[in-house]
Amino acid sequence: MIESHATTQEVHGHRALQHHFENMEQQREAGTIGMWVFLVTEIMFFGGMFLAYALYRNMFPAAFASASNHLDITLGAVNTGVLILSSFTMAMAVYFTQVGKQRPQIIALVLTLILGLAFLGIKAVEYHEKYTDRLIPGHLIPGASFGPAVQEHDQPMDAHKLHLLPGATLKQVEMFYWIYFAMTGMHALHMIIGAGLLIFLIIWSMKGRFDPEYHGPVEVVGLYWHFVDIVWIFLFPLLYLLGRHFEH
Amino acid sequence: MQPIESFEVPAPSKVNYINAQYGLKSWLLTKDHKRIALLYLASITFFFFIGGIYALMIRLELLTPQGDFLQSTTYNKVFTQHGIIMVFFFLIPSIPATLGNFLIPMMIGAKDLAFPRINLLSWYVYLVGGLITIYALLAGGVDTGWTFYTPFSTTFSNSYVVATGLGIFINGFSSILTGLNFIVTIHTMRAPGMTWFRMPLFLWSHYATSLIMILGTPVIAITILLLAFERVAGVGIFDPELGGDPILFQHLFWFYSHPAVYIMVLPGMGVISELVANFSRKNIFGYSFVAFSSIAIAVFGFLVWGHHMFVTPQSVYAGMIFSFLSFAVAIPSAIKVFNWTATLYKSSISYDTPMLYALGFIGLFTIGGMTGLFLASLATDVHLSDTYFVVAHFHYIMVGGTLMAYMGGLHYWWPKITGRMYPEGWGRFSALVIFVGFNLTFLPQFIAGYLGMPRRYHAYPPEFQVFNVLSTAGASILGFGMLIPAIYFVWSMRYGRHAEPNPWHLPGLEWRTQSPPPTENFEVTPIVTWEAYEFAPPEETEVVGRFGPELERT
Ligand SMILES: [Cu+2]
Repeated sequence: MIESHATTQEVHGHRALQHHFENMEQQREAGTIGMWVFLVTEIMFFGGMFLAYALYRNMFPAAFASASNHLDITLGAVNTGVLILSSFTMAMAVYFTQVGKQRPQIIALVLTLILGLAFLGIKAVEYHEKYTDRLIPGHLIPGASFGPAVQEHDQPMDAHKLHLLPGATLKQVEMFYWIYFAMTGMHALHMIIGAGLLIFLIIWSMKGRFDPEYHGPVEVVGLYWHFVDIVWIFLFPLLYLLGRHFEH
Repeated sequence: MQPIESFEVPAPSKVNYINAQYGLKSWLLTKDHKRIALLYLASITFFFFIGGIYALMIRLELLTPQGDFLQSTTYNKVFTQHGIIMVFFFLIPSIPATLGNFLIPMMIGAKDLAFPRINLLSWYVYLVGGLITIYALLAGGVDTGWTFYTPFSTTFSNSYVVATGLGIFINGFSSILTGLNFIVTIHTMRAPGMTWFRMPLFLWSHYATSLIMILGTPVIAITILLLAFERVAGVGIFDPELGGDPILFQHLFWFYSHPAVYIMVLPGMGVISELVANFSRKNIFGYSFVAFSSIAIAVFGFLVWGHHMFVTPQSVYAGMIFSFLSFAVAIPSAIKVFNWTATLYKSSISYDTPMLYALGFIGLFTIGGMTGLFLASLATDVHLSDTYFVVAHFHYIMVGGTLMAYMGGLHYWWPKITGRMYPEGWGRFSALVIFVGFNLTFLPQFIAGYLGMPRRYHAYPPEFQVFNVLSTAGASILGFGMLIPAIYFVWSMRYGRHAEPNPWHLPGLEWRTQSPPPTENFEVTPIVTWEAYEFAPPEETEVVGRFGPELERT
């Protein structure tokens, strides 16, 4: 009883301690568990789309392979590298915050932000390619409904035309692109939110808010950032690689 | 021995969480879990009232076999909106967002939930979702049934499906945030000495509920989002004409919506565990069985959704497994019922209003649960599917279960929440009226359904009229019964007798602080040295009086 009072008073002084927590340790633990629980909900959220993907891939394997072949594997692979690198810089940011080195911490956060924005930029280029090839499903974009040009066998190869494998129909390819845009779009939305959080962290760490005793926010955003990366680690092979025919 | 003075209930101080601050702004920007609970209480009561009006319209129309009060299109909207409002905006938030919000920090001896700002945010999210839904209802309503089955909802319905879906989608996040907050709070904010197995069972059931909220709600969110995109953009994940699979929608929908039944009833079970133990003044029989049965329900509840799809092209083998698992999930619920009744055995029961609701719950929930087994059997379900038998079954769970528990809990904690007593005589009277009205409403529906009356039609063959007249008469009694507490609760806030800190003489932490509690709940962080339902022998309670055994004995 007496000891616990002493420790309480000892840390009560920290300016970041919220009134309803006993000490910084409890506050940090609550934040971390909270983020883990949130990530569980995110897994379930993406899980619904992964289920739809698994089902339709199984139903329309040829169409999914055709559509997959048409994705830009170079941009996808570069983006995968960019994200893995950003996870590394994020981990470094968490480390530097924990040991209380402010300058490297800010640099690591800014690097993470730049890499995240680079990912989004490359993704935008890819989306634009799909737009010019008229691969946006349904009539999502008014005046540019789904209708890609199909590669005929007797004509010269054109990278902008869709090469349909035997047994695939355009309707089924549209299904692939619907799932592709739903999943990567939802992922990009999470990246945008993550970039917003990083901006807050950068401002706060420039103001010197964090110290070895108070680094919960950086840790929690780090968890979130790694999660969003892992989602991409699953999306890349499922959408770009599975069923790809390298002989083309 | 622990320093007992920290538990001495202070003399009724003038300052409590209600009068600590004044003005609308102090309520709308509050981060106090108790005030947020009251904000929720007001808003879910509002939605309950709207849902109740739709129920009234349904029962009025069904009084006669012909469609005279409502025509089919209007009727479709009325029953859909009754379901959506009652399920998403009343039943799911009901006990967790009000009683849970108010009591979880108090029961574990914390000053607040782990994330007070997120708690307030969840209420605003709920409100935005609710307002969008109300907009959809006013703009023209929705007629898909609360289940939004495709391809009707994506292709054929001309009603406000997207707006309603958006309302439910947004509202889902309030549920997720509440669940997240509860889980983190129970993990990290327990007072010294409050071990997991000293927690009141209310907390175990809320923990299990929160698990379902965080695991299930995201799935319904993405499902509704996909459905809305399909309707807006004309791409087919669920529409067979566009290459999609409508059964996928049903799988995703019921993956959430079956566990959602447990989001509704598990908190109710938590309330009943409190009421049964405390009003029979006996430690609950088999504490750990009751605690773990909540977790078992949360886990196994996720494995039975296919029982809603026995009449779809779902594989027969899947159907058999789902049927078996649905029987299995009845076991933890039965454990609870047995343990409650075993607790009552040879105890000193007092028949106060909360206990009347608790006893009502046990009976009605048992009927609701047992009739569920008819629907979980493959063969009988083919006969009973989409009949009034199903309607009666789930109303026994949702109204007979959840609503009874909610009312019981509201009476039980009313003195703590408002600092005033409700009128006990009126309380008992209305509990009986509600019980009678409820049974008269829904018992006949079992028979009508068994005889083949389908649900969701505004007209029916004349031979079913007698059951419907009984049902409408019962609904009127039920509605009247619900009005009585609505009146006396409001009355008691001003004119009710002042409540003592511990009017029921119980050991729980929430009773060891003043009524209503101060903003930070306890003057000093309490240290827990007793088990959840540790009652002194009756003679001793008589002698030591009001504040529970521990306080006086030492
Ligand atoms: Cu079910």
